[in-house]
Amino acid sequence: MSEVLNPLLVLVLLFNFLMLGTSRVAAVINAAAAQGTLLGVAYLAMHGGSGVRALALGLAMIGIKGIAIPRILRGALRSQGIRREVEPFVSFTTSLLLGAVATGLSVLFARTLPLAAGDAEALLVPASLATVLTGFIVLTTRRKALTQVVGYLTLENGIFIFGLTLIEAMPFLVEAGVLLDVLVGVFVMGVVIDHISREFSSIQVDDLTELRE
Amino acid sequence: MSPVLLAVAVPLAFALAAFAMRSERARPWMVPAAGVCQVPVVVWLLAQRERFAPADGSWTGLDPLGALLLGYLCVLFGCCAFYAPPYLRLRSERPNRVFCSMLLVLFAMMNFFAVSQHVGLMWVTIETTTLSTAPLLYFNRNRRSIEATWKYLLIGSVGVALALLGSFFLGYAALHAGLGSSLVIGDLVANASSLSRPWLHSAFVLLLIGYGTKMGLAPMHTWKPDAYGEAPGLVGALLAGGFTSCAFVGLLRFYSICVAAGDGAFARELLLAFGLLSMAVGGVFMVRQRDFKRMLAYSSVEQMGILVLGTAVGGVGLFGALLHMLGNGFAKGVLFLSAANIHRHFGSKSTDEVRGALRILPASATLFLLGFFAVTGAPPFALFLSEFTILRAAVSEQRFAVAGAFLGLLLLVFIGMGATVLTLVQGEPLAGRERPAARPERVQKLVPIVALLALVLLLGVWVPQPLEAALWSAARFVEGIR
Repeated sequence: MSEVLNPLLVLVLLFNFLMLGTSRVAAVINAAAAQGTLLGVAYLAMHGGSGVRALALGLAMIGIKGIAIPRILRGALRSQGIRREVEPFVSFTTSLLLGAVATGLSVLFARTLPLAAGDAEALLVPASLATVLTGFIVLTTRRKALTQVVGYLTLENGIFIFGLTLIEAMPFLVEAGVLLDVLVGVFVMGVVIDHISREFSSIQVDDLTELRE
Repeated sequence: MSPVLLAVAVPLAFALAAFAMRSERARPWMVPAAGVCQVPVVVWLLAQRERFAPADGSWTGLDPLGALLLGYLCVLFGCCAFYAPPYLRLRSERPNRVFCSMLLVLFAMMNFFAVSQHVGLMWVTIETTTLSTAPLLYFNRNRRSIEATWKYLLIGSVGVALALLGSFFLGYAALHAGLGSSLVIGDLVANASSLSRPWLHSAFVLLLIGYGTKMGLAPMHTWKPDAYGEAPGLVGALLAGGFTSCAFVGLLRFYSICVAAGDGAFARELLLAFGLLSMAVGGVFMVRQRDFKRMLAYSSVEQMGILVLGTAVGGVGLFGALLHMLGNGFAKGVLFLSAANIHRHFGSKSTDEVRGALRILPASATLFLLGFFAVTGAPPFALFLSEFTILRAAVSEQRFAVAGAFLGLLLLVFIGMGATVLTLVQGEPLAGRERPAARPERVQKLVPIVALLALVLLLGVWVPQPLEAALWSAARFVEGIR
């Protein structure tokens, strides 16, 4: 299993770095979309043969994470008329470095956790933790509301990677519910961003300072 | 379909009906109608609680915690719902279709959470409550409310994502122990002793952060002052009373797994730290707080601290915490709804402008003042009883430092909150605004508040026997005493 899975997970990690290093918002969205698609493929590779339900869920994952959500985000991007993330709180080089450190720490941390037999050689756990941390870095260091949504999405992707170890435990309905919640969540965030840009004429998060002590 | 899902289906049906309805004037009445129709359903379910106890491996069912939450939500929503029609009539310039249906979806999802026994299902329902609240917060459609909605959505979603990771870790703890892989609370508790410890610990930390974000425990509380400050009073009451209580019940379910695994001490230390920190943060930010709705949010942070602190003390303290959950919800209802009346009349929620409300809006100001006494634990209200119970439990466990800190923080809160409330109620009205309101206050907007106040008073002087039994069985269930 790990010979199919590990190359996919390495690609996922590469997209993490792409996301951290680029200033173009469209590229960040594309990286998250590619990551989501890879996860769907990984799911199919692991469980696609086990029945119609798994097949449907894998395809739904590709459809939602790879196509539907990026489309919502690109729509929001177009209506904002922005291209680049300007002046993030932490420079792109620094966030790349942070990403590298986070990935290293994830590998070390995953080694200290006891893993079940099949998962030890696969990169599942370290890749999951690294992607979660990447999501956090994007969430906390970028100014554009849209990029923060992508950060949330990346965080969610990382959690999905971990979910791959647990497919038998998660009933189909629950997994479908999780996917749907993510889709609706991003949709609602898209609507809110749209309203923010109308009210504040930009979607810089640091303009949102009316409410504070 | 399990009959317990009826408690979800009824409000959901009303939500659909409200969405389909054309009349803007009639639609708000769907909210109290759902509250009333829910009563017989919940009474029936609770009366046959034994029959609906979660079967082995079943995703839904009524455990003692869920039963308590279900009954409590029914009463809280039933009271608050009657505030919706008079409120929405005053706001008749705005379409209320989304507001009414989302309010009912929120209620349905809170009930769904109460009857969920599967960790994944609990996650899906709590995330759905978050999403359904977003349009409610944004009802006023101004810059401040959009900012509050954005922060609420982002912080809430990230928190809940961590809770999902924690849920997966919990599943892995079972998988690693070779237990097959079940994520049903009952199965996890039954097999807790063989769960893999490192995974269980990491899972509990993540779940505490995730569900703690939903509860608004410090330091994950930052969405709360913004959201409660900008939300309509009715939504604030349901968030502070209902939604946060759901998250607390979720946390208790995970805590019960830790206790069953023999790791209760580890979890209790964490809960104690978060409890004291939340009480301190809530207390400090309430001092000199001029915005009275934000003050209520910090009061909620403090109350959530009391809940987890009571849990950490355990035994009688946990009983006190569960009673406190009920008392806090009803008292918050009184405060948020009367604050909404005051906010509406003065057009401001800052004590720079709102002073001497007692002369101008005598009924709402009196209720607000009584709500303040209730929420700060003055006798004879329910929160006095529950706080005293927690304190007594801490002293009898010889945890004098905890008891001392608890008392000190309660005093800080009383003084901090008291200064703001007294300015608002008693102070000298601003020049030109000292005349009483031209018309007497509308009875419809006072009755729900009086009902909630009566409840918090009643629980303070007399806890009915069935309720006491329910509280005890929930507390024993969490601590695994059969």
